Amino acid sequence: MPKDSGIGASSKRREDIRFLTGTGNYTDDINLNGQAYVAFLRSDVAHGTLNGVDSSAAAGMPGVVRIFTGADFEGVGGLPCGWQVTDRHGQPMQEPAHPVLAQGKVRHVGDPIAAVVAETAAQARDAADAINADITELPAVVDMSAALAEGSPKVHDDLTSNLCYDWGFVEENKDAVAAAIDGAHHVTTLELVNNRLVANPMEPRVAVGDYAAHNGESTLYTTSQNPHVIRLLMGAFVLGIPEHKLRVVAPDVGGGFGSKIFHYAEEAFCTFAAKAIKRPVKWTSTRSEAFITDAHGRDHVTKIELALDAEGKFLALRTDTLANMGAYLSTFSTSVPTWLHGTLMAGNYTTPLIYVNVKAVFTNTVPVDAYRGAGRPEATFQLERVIDKAAREMGIDPVELRRRNFIQPDQFPYATPVAVEYDTGNYDATMDKALALADWDGFEARAAESAANGKWRGRGVNSYIEACGIAPSALVGQLGARAGLYESATVRVNATGGLVVMTGSHSHGQGHETAFPQVIAEMIGIDESMVEIVHGDTANTPMGMGTYGSRSIAVGGSAMVRAAEKIINKAKKIAAHLMEASDADVELANGEFTVAGTDKSVAWGDVCLAAYVPHNYPLEDIEPGLEETAFYDPANFTYPAGAYICEVEVDPGTGQVSIERFTAADDFGNVINPMIVEGQVHGGLGQGIGQALLENCVYDENGQLVSGSFMDYAMPRADDLPNFTVDHSCQTPCTHNPLGVKGCGEAGAIGSPPAVVNAVVDALQRGGKDVTHIDMPLSPSRVWSAMNS
Amino acid sequence: MHNFELVTPNSVADAVSALSGEDAQPLGGGQTLIPTMKQRLAAPATLVSMGGIAEMVGVCVDDDGVMVIGGATTHAQVAADASASYPALAALAGQIGDPAVRNRGTIGGSLANNDPAACYPAGTLGSGATIVTNAREIAADDFFQGLFETALDEGEIITSVKFPIPEAANYQKMLQPASRFALTGVFVASFAGGVRVAVTGASNEGVHRWSAAEAALSANFSADAVPEAPSADDLISDLHGTPEYRANLVKVLTGRAVAAAG
Repeated sequence: MPKDSGIGASSKRREDIRFLTGTGNYTDDINLNGQAYVAFLRSDVAHGTLNGVDSSAAAGMPGVVRIFTGADFEGVGGLPCGWQVTDRHGQPMQEPAHPVLAQGKVRHVGDPIAAVVAETAAQARDAADAINADITELPAVVDMSAALAEGSPKVHDDLTSNLCYDWGFVEENKDAVAAAIDGAHHVTTLELVNNRLVANPMEPRVAVGDYAAHNGESTLYTTSQNPHVIRLLMGAFVLGIPEHKLRVVAPDVGGGFGSKIFHYAEEAFCTFAAKAIKRPVKWTSTRSEAFITDAHGRDHVTKIELALDAEGKFLALRTDTLANMGAYLSTFSTSVPTWLHGTLMAGNYTTPLIYVNVKAVFTNTVPVDAYRGAGRPEATFQLERVIDKAAREMGIDPVELRRRNFIQPDQFPYATPVAVEYDTGNYDATMDKALALADWDGFEARAAESAANGKWRGRGVNSYIEACGIAPSALVGQLGARAGLYESATVRVNATGGLVVMTGSHSHGQGHETAFPQVIAEMIGIDESMVEIVHGDTANTPMGMGTYGSRSIAVGGSAMVRAAEKIINKAKKIAAHLMEASDADVELANGEFTVAGTDKSVAWGDVCLAAYVPHNYPLEDIEPGLEETAFYDPANFTYPAGAYICEVEVDPGTGQVSIERFTAADDFGNVINPMIVEGQVHGGLGQGIGQALLENCVYDENGQLVSGSFMDYAMPRADDLPNFTVDHSCQTPCTHNPLGVKGCGEAGAIGSPPAVVNAVVDALQRGGKDVTHIDMPLSPSRVWSAMNS
Repeated sequence: MHNFELVTPNSVADAVSALSGEDAQPLGGGQTLIPTMKQRLAAPATLVSMGGIAEMVGVCVDDDGVMVIGGATTHAQVAADASASYPALAALAGQIGDPAVRNRGTIGGSLANNDPAACYPAGTLGSGATIVTNAREIAADDFFQGLFETALDEGEIITSVKFPIPEAANYQKMLQPASRFALTGVFVASFAGGVRVAVTGASNEGVHRWSAAEAALSANFSADAVPEAPSADDLISDLHGTPEYRANLVKVLTGRAVAAAG
């Protein structure tokens, strides 16, 4: 019998009422008195020397308030990178300056050169178009291999080369891995591309800067997944505003997928300009602007080698990856191909020796940073593809090969050779579940039916693991993070028993306003409607690190639980006083405090009232009021895992791939709201399948973005996707957080691309084509070309 | 988007008059022109809307059995009103874009724009239709003159299109995954006097007839009779398909169109 409230209930998303009735409050809905509008003049060349900016004609145009150029920001800091990676030789990465407006050079199409603030958005645009930027175009650095070649033009003249870092992990294992590969019974090698993606959240980015001259306080309204992080980065590193004079508000946010984690130039500009002109300044990105300014995702080129013994046991794994950083280091860009990628190369397997080499490369393209999964999809894709290729080469069933190498349930906690310790899991269980739900054994009959219709049917399986609940602060500090990654919550109980939770997590579609109250309601035994969530405003939430890396319920939820536990402990003391009992004997259930072994009871609401109307109250022992704050720093990552199965049909005449069945069996540990979890998996699968079949961000050799609109950048549509079979009944609860939860936001995007590609390769093999790999996206043209090459 | 004047004439004569003004452009459903203006890539001073000209809207079959479609008729209306008399053309119209596009976009606008990946040019050329303007009648074979180029003069308006109705016809298209325009589309029409095959989306020269297939299919209207794929020379190469892939699609889609036409 499913629960109808509390933990485990599919409570309806309360935020959807406003989202679906047009009453949400997005950043673009914020319009302040006296607001001016900014339009940016952006570079239309990928690489060039900026000789000068002539804004004389623009300055006299109607409505123009002020025009800013790079010169206005010479005394201002640049946009910082939040993670310093140390290379194979112990040296820090090369870290170029990232000015708010271009200074001396432009380095990608879209790089902002000048900004016009005007009375209306159209006037600002008109004037920006009238600015003349004198640019001497330079050869563009686009291809990563060419960027690293001797004599390549440099994206940053003050760096020694286009190499950001050459990272080896685990460096001490390098020789042992090489020896194991050299001596192995079988080595499978695969070269592949993890295609560059554009996040394209439904809501483009918006920033509104405001300045109060009377008290010197700046406010930034912005489309962010982590307002406190923006306050910290922009205040401390860019504009030099102390945090008590800077408020950052991220109201309703219409999707982020990682792209709204980072601190962007437009945020700093609007905050800076508002103070300069003493008026609010607003910027709303167009969709075209989003393509050339929002951080892109993925863009890895990898060679992977897997060594196996005669029985198919994995002996060693080695990878060489080029990772595109783009023209500047976006906030968390450097961590993605390293600590969020190399640490996952063990997958679900007992591979004893692993060596990962990553060279991060500057190019004249938009900066690349975290995108749903961030490093973990790249790890999973190459690993699950090479395993599939190995299975085919060795004539071992792909499911069986994985099972032979699974970490077994009795091996947990399991320390991998790539620095992380998995706390718990059961990979055969999710594989069994996926095989059953996918009707694996009924495949041949379906394949025969497809063949009768002139189609080739194939199936692909994979097994994934991810590290979520980012992250233990002490660990990430050692690894180069310039921030802690705890989370915070303040739980405020009102006098009549209702609660408000002020959380440092930030919902940009995840349903926190519904799921978080379910936890509090369960702990106290009250109705979920008695709990409200406040988030997204640095003025009224405790310092928090925001939402990404499937961390909200695992880290933010845990902080909330810790704060609620403090509340309950204090409330028990008040209840004990009211019932004239000992604290230790008081129990709380169903919203009522009782004393064990007696019929004494006092209601939750009466205790709350006593806390705020302390007429009969133990003031000598405890303070009035019921409000507590907790900061939670996780002991470890969480490790969601699962098995995915994809079944496709390929049209041999056109190469068109159609996904006929998709099954996802995930182990997310305990689940707070199954309906929300299912929605998260659906969304992740949509994005993962989008990457596998449709999405591709492409630059030409001159650094022009060829796929710069939805006319050429193929977003997945509903009819590109099948009905998903989604299951999360295999649950090995996380052992180190109070809720036993692992996180579910990225799983679908991590697990689906290899399942799709494995299935298409299988279909082509069954169709008699000796195709072992096709790079994503598996467009009809690419599939047809592969089968006819 | 820059400011512009919008003129909404009620007659072809008034529209022609309005279009004689400086920097005036005709507006059909605006499915190409308006996005172009929003990107500031076009900035006409005046738009002359065809939507209010009643004589340019509608679908009928004349006494000679020719289907006449008004130039300002939307794709949705053609999909509905042509389905009984010319189902292949109605199906083509019903597969253009999405419902929003089909309820705004017009046949005249599509033909005048002559996008190399649009569907209507294939249906029009494949049918051997006649484009009727305020000034003259132009055979489809003379109308399409390369990418975004037509025989229309400045200020000339497509008032209607006359379609001879074939004995059998079908349109097959492979969708470009992003835009869902035709990556390649083939319209096959079988008349008493022979078969016409028109290809869109494939060639750097725009919509064109595949004469080798026409000859083969005129002799034997069966999918087996479709010749080998045409040369990939001068076919489009872009993110979504190689010339060789498009050449293959021309062959495969022609075969499927013939099979579906029955």
